[in-house]
Amino acid sequence: MLSAKNVRLSDPLKQPRPWAGAFFTCTLLLLMIGVFAASLQAQNKNPLAGDPRAAKLGEFEFRANCAFCHGLGARGGGRGPDLTRAKKRHGSTDPDLFRTINEGVPGTAMPPNGATQQGVGMTEEEIWQVISYIRSVEKKGEAAAIGNVAHGKELFNGPAGCSTCHMIQGKGGRIGPDLSTTGSTRSTGYIVESLRSPSRRLAQGISEAMKEFSQEYETVTVVTADGTKFMGVVLNEDHFTLQMIDTREQLHLFEKDRLRSFEKSRESLMPAYDQKMLSDKDLQDVIAYLLSVGAQ
Amino acid sequence: MKSTFMKTGMQLAMALLSLGGLASNARAQVTPQRLLDSGKEPQNWLMYSGDYAGHRFSALDQINASNAAMLVPKWAYQTMAGGKFETTPLVVDGILYATGQDDRAFALDARSGRPIWQYQRALAADIRPCCGRVNRGMAILGDKVFLGTLDAHIIALDAKTGSVVWDATAVDYRNGYSITLAPLVIKNLVLIGVSGGEYGIRGFIDAYDAATGARKWRFYTIPGPGEAGHETWEGDSWKIGGAPAWITGTYDPATNTTFWTTGNPSPSNRGEGRAGDNLYSNSLLALDPDTGKLKWYFQFSKHDEHDYDATQVPVMIDQGDQHLIVQANRNGFFYLIDRTNGKIVFASPFAKVTWSDSKDASGAPVARKDASPTPEGNRVCPGAAGATNWMSPTYDPQTRLFYVTAREQCDVFSTAPQPYEAGHAFYGSAYFPNDDAEPFTGALRAIDPHTGKLKWEWKHLSPTWSGVLSTAGGLVFTGDAEGNFMALEAASGKALWHFQCGASVYSSPMSFAIDGKQYVAVAAGSALFAFSLP
Repeated sequence: MLSAKNVRLSDPLKQPRPWAGAFFTCTLLLLMIGVFAASLQAQNKNPLAGDPRAAKLGEFEFRANCAFCHGLGARGGGRGPDLTRAKKRHGSTDPDLFRTINEGVPGTAMPPNGATQQGVGMTEEEIWQVISYIRSVEKKGEAAAIGNVAHGKELFNGPAGCSTCHMIQGKGGRIGPDLSTTGSTRSTGYIVESLRSPSRRLAQGISEAMKEFSQEYETVTVVTADGTKFMGVVLNEDHFTLQMIDTREQLHLFEKDRLRSFEKSRESLMPAYDQKMLSDKDLQDVIAYLLSVGAQ
Repeated sequence: MKSTFMKTGMQLAMALLSLGGLASNARAQVTPQRLLDSGKEPQNWLMYSGDYAGHRFSALDQINASNAAMLVPKWAYQTMAGGKFETTPLVVDGILYATGQDDRAFALDARSGRPIWQYQRALAADIRPCCGRVNRGMAILGDKVFLGTLDAHIIALDAKTGSVVWDATAVDYRNGYSITLAPLVIKNLVLIGVSGGEYGIRGFIDAYDAATGARKWRFYTIPGPGEAGHETWEGDSWKIGGAPAWITGTYDPATNTTFWTTGNPSPSNRGEGRAGDNLYSNSLLALDPDTGKLKWYFQFSKHDEHDYDATQVPVMIDQGDQHLIVQANRNGFFYLIDRTNGKIVFASPFAKVTWSDSKDASGAPVARKDASPTPEGNRVCPGAAGATNWMSPTYDPQTRLFYVTAREQCDVFSTAPQPYEAGHAFYGSAYFPNDDAEPFTGALRAIDPHTGKLKWEWKHLSPTWSGVLSTAGGLVFTGDAEGNFMALEAASGKALWHFQCGASVYSSPMSFAIDGKQYVAVAAGSALFAFSLP
């Protein structure tokens, strides 16, 4: 083992806010970068590359430290991107992956692997093992190659109606999640499911900077004391209050006990795009467009 | 001339001394007797759970169901620290003592929230807290307050200045130990337990002389060679078997018995290599506080593979001739136990449970064979964070109900074999949220402790980490993950008042009074809030 034994936090359930204390981490990180700079710069390649035993050990490390967000098999989970895609949003080379794991990604839920409570405290060798594992599950051919990006974009902004509710790079609607980074963070399978049966798993705010609350875009219908009805999605909610955006993109802030009625549904406002609404070919094109945007 | 000056000086000194004497009379020292009689001074909160029975009940009734809606914040104290703020303050004669993140400690004017002193431990960069740089509070005796630290020390601070009076090393933190609980003072001893179940420690409970910091006894929560229970560990696994004790115990002066609870065996979610029941992990221990000798034990989750720590405050209740301990356990069962002998009276689920579907002859739940973690992942309820956790429950002697924070969350438990290395995290497994479409929820549940039956529940939008306080005003106070702190009617669960703290509540509230005015205090975010009537 190369580095001093670090503290491993690692228990996201017990430490549900890994981003707290970021200042301390950053300070420490600066110190650490100094200390490790020499060894990191020297390691431009995974010293364990191609070693199946390292990949197996890395799989265990991955389960213990990464799967909570990135899912079993690295296919993406509640808030971590699909890592089986060859192209990674924060860099795809060995040193890129090492940096992402060791330093985290500021402004996201990805914590640094530091000697503080925020990180999982893997040793350098363990990080390389995890990288070996990720390489072993990466898909070689990307789905992006299959579809037609230009036609996908056309569909997204036109006949398929996606942009009515979804924003990409600052353009589009506000009712659904911003999809600018979805292509780089979600598996193709997940995107297909989101289109074909959007209510099976409601969206989670993965593409946004990490928030203190999860946003699932649940459908909400309220009737105010004076009888006005609003339908839209939940932006945030607690036991007593509701913050929502309606289908006309108006924000509404309510105290629940003053409403005549309040109904929440996990039936998404998004229509299920069946074959009639979007053929398999068109679906591939839309996905190709999302992937191309995500890659930017 | 000289002698006159000296004489005057002496008089002045005498006068100052007598003034000092008056002042200290006004703020009498906390004696072991005062701790025993804590119920006689409800204006004070003298220990973590408020009393030795662990009731977390305040006999103050100025704030009650008829006026709770008028509660207002009176002050907030900011630690300016990130991370979870888990403290329960003590209040003694108008002074509030509490701890904060990163082993902060402070004394405040409890009327205004203004600090009297502040302390922060210089922590090494390589401490091993599993779950945040947290601390749950202090204990007090005489002119000292006591604090366990993340680098596994127990220290005594001068109650008037915050100066370190003594500093005892419990154990080398580099082997994975830390201390996060509030100590418990019994007679002239300070009792603590350790955290570190995620690091392959060998857990223990210690007692220190309050005056000097000298260790009086240690009880290892894993029996060594030759001791009863040692045979419940495979090979050398006992040396790294975990069984930490990271929540404050309770004390029965009638039988001179202190009750402590323990956490998971290590590695937490993988039983391979530690065949056997793994005593005394996930257990309730009855100890002699003078010697640390074990009187009896009860193990809630044998050979645990789901991180079901039993580290919930063991609450003492009496009914007729029955002297009982009640615990809503992290494993999802509500237990009633005879505290004279450790025998189970009954166990019934208070949350969704799938790890057990049968009971043994005594009535204790038994694990299903197919509930173990698997390489592919096995969905089990409750999840790794448990059906409840360290947040305090409360017992209200007026409603005769037990109130507990319940969490409804299942997890997928998967194995990930891992060799032990000193001071390195040691899980042997992984767990993650299951793929359920429905979000996790939570509830405050009011349970009749003599039947285990649910009386009412207050639904939380998501699982909370807040404990519960009950008061003679017919109220229960709790917080939620969305940042609300609220007062509910103890008899019905009806919400009477709430306040948005601006951060999730990770603490258990308490109550005190100054000059006849009642306050309720709770920590959330980096602030400690005190509420009262206008």
